[in-house]
Amino acid sequence: MEAFVAVMTIFVLALFVGFELINKVPPLLHTPLMSGANAISGITLVGTLVTAGAQLTLLTTILGFVAVAMATANVVGGFLVTHRMVSMFHGRRN
Amino acid sequence: MSTEYIDLFYLISAVLFIVGLKQMASPRTALQGNMLGSAAMLIAIVVTLLDRRIISFEVIIAGLVVGALVGAIMAYKTPVTAMPQVVAIFNGFGGGASALAVGAALEEALKGGIVESVDIQFTTAAVLSGIIGGVSLTGSGVAFGKLQGLLSEKPLLFPGRHVVNILLLAICIGLGSWLIADPTSSTPFWLLVGFSAVLGLLLVLPIGGADMPVVISLLNAYSGLAAAGHGWVLNNSVLIIAGSLVGAAGFILTAIMSKAMNRSLANVMFAGVGATSASQEAEDDIYAGRVKSASPYEVAMVLDGARRVVIAPGYGMAVAQAQYAVRDLTDALEKRSVEVEFAIHPVAGRMPGHMNVLLAEADIPYPQLKEMDEINPTFRQTDMVIVIGANDVVNPMARDADPSIPIAGMPILDVDQAQTVVVIKRSLSPGFAGIGNPLFAADNTLMLFGDAKQMVTELTAAVNEL
Repeated sequence: MEAFVAVMTIFVLALFVGFELINKVPPLLHTPLMSGANAISGITLVGTLVTAGAQLTLLTTILGFVAVAMATANVVGGFLVTHRMVSMFHGRRN
Repeated sequence: MSTEYIDLFYLISAVLFIVGLKQMASPRTALQGNMLGSAAMLIAIVVTLLDRRIISFEVIIAGLVVGALVGAIMAYKTPVTAMPQVVAIFNGFGGGASALAVGAALEEALKGGIVESVDIQFTTAAVLSGIIGGVSLTGSGVAFGKLQGLLSEKPLLFPGRHVVNILLLAICIGLGSWLIADPTSSTPFWLLVGFSAVLGLLLVLPIGGADMPVVISLLNAYSGLAAAGHGWVLNNSVLIIAGSLVGAAGFILTAIMSKAMNRSLANVMFAGVGATSASQEAEDDIYAGRVKSASPYEVAMVLDGARRVVIAPGYGMAVAQAQYAVRDLTDALEKRSVEVEFAIHPVAGRMPGHMNVLLAEADIPYPQLKEMDEINPTFRQTDMVIVIGANDVVNPMARDADPSIPIAGMPILDVDQAQTVVVIKRSLSPGFAGIGNPLFAADNTLMLFGDAKQMVTELTAAVNEL
């Protein structure tokens, strides 16, 4: 129960920080915000690594491999695509 | 590495995520913000790889290489017009990975592997991650299919769908309760993921293409929550923090999009808007001989002497890949010292901010891209508005409070207040909302019928000849 409350505290506080931060992003940057946030949601990769690296049975090995590959595609693709889009915004004509 | 050190590095990573997102608030710092986010991710991954529980690296490395290749190719090979579908499919990957990894963790835990005990926190979070992950995997897949044109953009409505969906959700909750009550077998979990996947399909199929901005935002929020749930399973702080940040981002964007259409989220998700088209009679009523068609040359003549022009782009500009042609037109007008600005409606396009990215790609400086609230008061002082491939977001009928039309009360761009309105459009066919548009028949409106890219190019040539 103690651990549950601690985890819950982190979760709720992080939600508040998220709302405060995101509310300040102008519509101009909503697409990069979305793809950037999407890349961050690939943080689930961290969890998949732990599972994939334990390798106790063939089933979890396969599941681990697919999960790591999907999460990596999400992270790498997400950050690159965000980088590509954000680089396009210029204050003045080049 | 001991757990304390790992957690310290996770804290650094979480802080960098927060600072990175904060810097996304301005185009000047956004690039750096994205870099910080990537750095945070790298730290989290490297530290995790040093986790004592990881005994084998072959699978991890194989997965990392395959995933990185797929992600990089998709990120660099897709045209900017296809960004909405790319974000949708990446989002699906994230959700799917959560569900699979939680499942794998469960399998391991049942064999006494990496997780010490299968307690209620573990099973509850596994159930949440499984449901959300399954829904966002297939839901994002359908969104991708609709945006890519693999599936029809029209809502696919089948009778009794609400009952079926509620039934599916009930089954998922039942299976989840089974797992929580009796955590000795992984069967209920995998059944739950399967049923959630079907639910994801059925939830998104009845939603029309133009409502995809809301759907993608919502699914993004879900994948954030799935990541946070995954963090609960593994007692991992950085997963929880990053996941909730993403969840917040997704929910805020969802709310902004729904508000910009004056529709509730429930209406977007369940009403099947866009399935019906206007009756021919109603359209004849609106247009009846009042529509004036013009040629690019005639429009250029009207532009002669104009001092301020506003361009209002919509999804049609993306479909026709007309953003570079629009840039050339802007150049031609600015050469004649015409002030050119762009009116960006919050839901123009197929994802939040879609038009901004397209115009930025064509090298149009972002200070010229104006939000609706900022540009609306200026239309009275505008000589000409050029509407390119937009329909519902400039439809004056939204101002009438008649609740029977789907866009009633939706804030619109007040383009009809300008001296002259030019609408570039292929035909008079209705937009997504399926209703006619009195703007096309207004006294000060000229219709330029044709493909957006071709018409803009011809208009530019005509302007250059003035």
